[in-house]
Amino acid sequence: MSTDTAHATDHDDVHDDEDHWNDEGHWTDLNYIKLALALAVITAIEVAISYMVDDLGPFFLPLLLGLMLIKFFSVVLFFMHLKFDNRLFSLMFYLGLGLAVAVYTAALFTFKFFSP
Amino acid sequence: MADTAVHDAVDEHDDHGHGDVHHTSTGLSNNKLAMWLFLGSECLLFGGLISTYMLYRGRHSANGGPDQFWDIPFTSASSFVLLMSSLTMVLAVTAAKRKDDRNTNLWLTVTAILGSLFVAGQVYEFTTFYREGLGYTTSLFSSSFYTLTGFHGVHVSVGVIMLLATVGMILKNRIPGDKAEVVELVGLYWHFVDIVWILIFTLVYLIPA
Repeated sequence: MSTDTAHATDHDDVHDDEDHWNDEGHWTDLNYIKLALALAVITAIEVAISYMVDDLGPFFLPLLLGLMLIKFFSVVLFFMHLKFDNRLFSLMFYLGLGLAVAVYTAALFTFKFFSP
Repeated sequence: MADTAVHDAVDEHDDHGHGDVHHTSTGLSNNKLAMWLFLGSECLLFGGLISTYMLYRGRHSANGGPDQFWDIPFTSASSFVLLMSSLTMVLAVTAAKRKDDRNTNLWLTVTAILGSLFVAGQVYEFTTFYREGLGYTTSLFSSSFYTLTGFHGVHVSVGVIMLLATVGMILKNRIPGDKAEVVELVGLYWHFVDIVWILIFTLVYLIPA
């Protein structure tokens, strides 16, 4: 009984704000539009940063890579619904992504790509 | 025990608000699972192409490097177009889940138009680079650049064909089973194409060699 109540409460928490969630527990159209605009702004910031290589010095690369990752995971988690979907889907994708990052980072190390 | 596992999977699926429980061994859609597996494997393909480009980006003649050819404002506009196509795609998916065929077709068509615009931009960019002296075999840099962005362009083109085919099938009512799931699968592919471009745009165009 208490489990049912807790479950119902969790469910209500997810759906209590109808402005943000639709009947399927996904975002509403307005939220997707807001996210897309945020991604467009981040892209504009990235482009602006690309003209400031000398000004930003050592911060240039981490800033650009950080913004790139924010955009990447925003699309994966929200537009592709991975945040709301079953974890098995996440496993399928992140296994491939993780394997790719590991294999090609090792390959680039082999070719001394990261050496100064 | 196996029954319990399946039951748990179904319960978890329901917890996320999905009413469509699938009668499979996992309780999930096999088609969707296969699509995610395919996208995971695509990470390996594009990982290889991006790594190859990163290795060879400095292998060019004195006047044949990225800085001499890149047109950042133009590529930024193309990136914006592809980013907005992800928005229209997700709007198509939400419309399909509402069983709103009219808006589903509308947003799928807009997505296809934006995708075509991106491909047209890429063709224009390639043509310009070629006329300025950057051929496919000019240098290791040019070969790896054209291979990477060309592969991505082919993926976008395939996506456009998938979008238009889906529109046609919805119009003729030829989609068997769950229409929303078909649109969602096309959407997953399309968003993947977008996230690959997010990586390419920053790593290839914005970070100097």
